[in-house]
Amino acid sequence: MPDQTLDTKGLSCPLPILHAKRILQKMPPGQILAVEATDPGSAKDFESFCTQTGNSLLSASESSGVFFYTIRKV
Amino acid sequence: MNGEKKMAIIATQGTLDWAYPPLILATTAAALDYQVSMFYTFYGLQVLRKNLDLRLSPMGNPAMPMPVSLPVLMQALPGMEAMATAIMRKKLTKRGVASVRTLRDMALESEVRIIACQMTVDLFAFRREDLIDGIVFAGATAFMEAAAKANITLYT
Repeated sequence: MPDQTLDTKGLSCPLPILHAKRILQKMPPGQILAVEATDPGSAKDFESFCTQTGNSLLSASESSGVFFYTIRKV
Repeated sequence: MNGEKKMAIIATQGTLDWAYPPLILATTAAALDYQVSMFYTFYGLQVLRKNLDLRLSPMGNPAMPMPVSLPVLMQALPGMEAMATAIMRKKLTKRGVASVRTLRDMALESEVRIIACQMTVDLFAFRREDLIDGIVFAGATAFMEAAAKANITLYT
């Protein structure tokens, strides 16, 4: 179960990442953030965001145009 | 990790479309833990105005998508700039793209350092109070200090 959820459906780059970062910053290490997005670019972007920030991308999936990500805060 | 990676951006453009790339890159870099410095100069200063009124023109820009293709001379008619601006704003809102004001606020909130070029502030007779709070007024030397330490430097 995620500790926090973030809905970025309908938002374009770079807002999903900016909002996710804003929330992650306030979360304690080890907690999990679940993100929903419709920006097709977000798939590569969240992967790259986690690579660059050290957070772990636990899962990434897509269902009828909605992308789901879970990220563990480093 | 904070403060290790640095990016420096020069922003020279003040139209509604070209206000975006530097702000998108700056806010994204800040989200990736870069310490970002932006140097706003010449027309870029329009983006720092409290009273934001950014526009764009179809003139001389064949890449600007318009609902109907207009001969170049017609693009100079009164109202064309307003129309192009309205079309772009509508597109941006419809696609869920952040407004320039939102990105600018987010940049400041994420501690992006914004420098307004004092020489062009004077050249265009801006008053300091015309521009947003939380920015620094300085010259190219101050930007060079940031750029010299940057991993990435961009000119936009």
